[in-house]
Amino acid sequence: MPSLPDMMTPDAAALAKAAGKGEAIPLAAGTPEHDLFTGLLRLGDNALILGHRVSEWCGHAPVLEEDIALANVALDLIGQTQLWLGLAGTVQGRRRSADDLAFLRDAWDFRNLLLVERPNRDFGHTLMRQFLFDAWHQPVLKALEESTDPRIAEIAAKAGKEVAYHLERSADLVIRLGNGTEESHARMQDALERLWPYTGEAFIGDEIDARLAEAGLMPRPEALRPDWEATVRAVLDEATLHAPQDDFAQTGGRQGRHTEDLGHLLSTMQWLQRAYPGAAW
Amino acid sequence: MSSEWPLWEVFIRGQHGLNHRHVGSLHAPDAELAIRHARDVYTRRNEGVSIWVVRSADISASSPSEKGPLFEPSNDKVYRHPTFYDIPDDVGHM
Amino acid sequence: MYAQMVKTDGKGIKPDAEMTPEERRFQARIDAGEKIEPKEWMPDAYRQTLIRQIGQHAHSEIVGQLPEGNWITRAPTLERKAILLAKVQDEAGHGLYLYCAAETLGVSRDELTEALLSGKMKYSSIFNYPTLTWADIGAVGWLVDGAAIMNQVPLQRTSYGPYSRAMIRICKEESFHQRQGYDIMMKMAQGTPEQKRMAQDALDRFWYPSLMMFGPSDKDSVHSAQSMAWKIKINTNDELRQKFVDQTVPQAEYLGLSIPDPDLSWNEDKGGYDFSQPDWSEFFAVLKGNGPCNRDRIEARQQAWDDGRWFRDGLSAHATKAQARRAASKVAAE
Repeated sequence: MPSLPDMMTPDAAALAKAAGKGEAIPLAAGTPEHDLFTGLLRLGDNALILGHRVSEWCGHAPVLEEDIALANVALDLIGQTQLWLGLAGTVQGRRRSADDLAFLRDAWDFRNLLLVERPNRDFGHTLMRQFLFDAWHQPVLKALEESTDPRIAEIAAKAGKEVAYHLERSADLVIRLGNGTEESHARMQDALERLWPYTGEAFIGDEIDARLAEAGLMPRPEALRPDWEATVRAVLDEATLHAPQDDFAQTGGRQGRHTEDLGHLLSTMQWLQRAYPGAAW
Repeated sequence: MSSEWPLWEVFIRGQHGLNHRHVGSLHAPDAELAIRHARDVYTRRNEGVSIWVVRSADISASSPSEKGPLFEPSNDKVYRHPTFYDIPDDVGHM
Repeated sequence: MYAQMVKTDGKGIKPDAEMTPEERRFQARIDAGEKIEPKEWMPDAYRQTLIRQIGQHAHSEIVGQLPEGNWITRAPTLERKAILLAKVQDEAGHGLYLYCAAETLGVSRDELTEALLSGKMKYSSIFNYPTLTWADIGAVGWLVDGAAIMNQVPLQRTSYGPYSRAMIRICKEESFHQRQGYDIMMKMAQGTPEQKRMAQDALDRFWYPSLMMFGPSDKDSVHSAQSMAWKIKINTNDELRQKFVDQTVPQAEYLGLSIPDPDLSWNEDKGGYDFSQPDWSEFFAVLKGNGPCNRDRIEARQQAWDDGRWFRDGLSAHATKAQARRAASKVAAE
């Protein structure tokens, strides 16, 4: 793979050029601001991309009651996006709004887990993706409530209530469908196998995570694994579904190396902002 | 199979501690999911703090044809209503 | 309207002398403003007409999710995305309330869905038009919801209790829809030249289809006369259309957009605008299935229905098994 320019590495020439045009100047890597900015992008981008995926179902769900329920989940996630990316913009100190961050970054600047950008496929796949994510999302938010940064703790407390419901819902549906018909069981098992390689990434920390944890700002990714495993094991057992033994993990999302799907998602999501730069909507 | 999920009636108690009130119906495979659907469908605008659901088929209702005998006898019991009594203004609020 | 050209089963209003005593009592109750409730006696034609009308209204809500849903993934800001999603979600809710109201008349939601998919039942012609630019989302809220509200507000007083209650709930939620549409139009109309062009183009394309929503003139229609006697239709189509035009023209002027009707003019005598009728042959073609999006809309609903079957069945099967387990453990305990 050809090396991609790292948008977050300061480069004198680029800096000067950007400053001249009034564009965002990248933060210097390794600084506390850059660490926190990245940590917040990782949270906000998860919410943004999963919220977007879930919203794709609106008007197409298997039954009206589910259509409405899914839209509620998507709305929660979009709301969380506004909070996390809003704070990220503040931390970055370049007067970039949550919208700027959502609509004007290219794929390599996104920091979400690969799991959440995976396409919807069938409804079972969508629910399994949601469950595997929620089972991680809840303990993350719980830990973030203890953050030494009160702004983070506050957002986590608000989002935590929403996500507790998301997890209750997705876990219950996984259990029901695992124990439903032969077909629903088979579809859920298939979804689990397809998504499993994308779950490990959430627990592999890098040096940014280590510094954020040391500062008491965010939990170490590795520390969340026991909680996640306990939830997932209990739910899958009850659902009579079997997690693959292979622990191979696809990685890269948290560092900006994504699957092909993210580019397509962004080209849809960002299209208006890109086609009509500077317009107010 | 493909049989339709049964219909449930939804009752919600609002913020102000009043009785649960019938707000509508929905479909769900069982009571637990009916409550969850009710939360998603009928409390989107912060309408409730408590939800009851009951299968529509389990509701026993008074018969419309007995409306007369059931409800008209209370028409003339005007003495049950506070406005029936004239209390002089001088007595104050009662 | 969302329910267009609903046929009644009767042949116009029955003269009082031809009514059975039951029918006479029924009509007297309606005339006295009483609500008719599900288990009460009602003429079969009243029941059938209501099923058609409420069903058509419900179908319009859920098919109506599609043209607006078309822009959820392309909404230009996070806030616009949330607002649009919440709005399209409301449409699903309105469809749900209305299906439930229809179910009190003895027809199931599944039966109604089958009738929609097979083409036996219709939905509003307006949703067979495409949403081509972001301004269309503004135009749909402003014009389409604006036209719908014209009809829905009086329907809160309709004679059938469950329908009336559904409409009350819908109107309460609907009031934000038209405003958010107009809000989008304001932003566009005050925006860049491209945005203004989108706004005008959206108005150009949605103006006449919006006028069609009220249906052709029904001042001589026997069906409408019967529906009005039953208070399941409150105003004539022409009354509502006039009201809509009178309300909308100044709103368009405020935006600096022009209504695509060279003959539009204020008529002092009637205290309203004179305006051109839409092309009614286009309306009938769209109703027959030859609008720009008819096939796509039904195909999308059909696919959601087919693809969702395993999910609905899966949850049913789980519920049945769980109930059997509970029953068995109860027996074991006794």
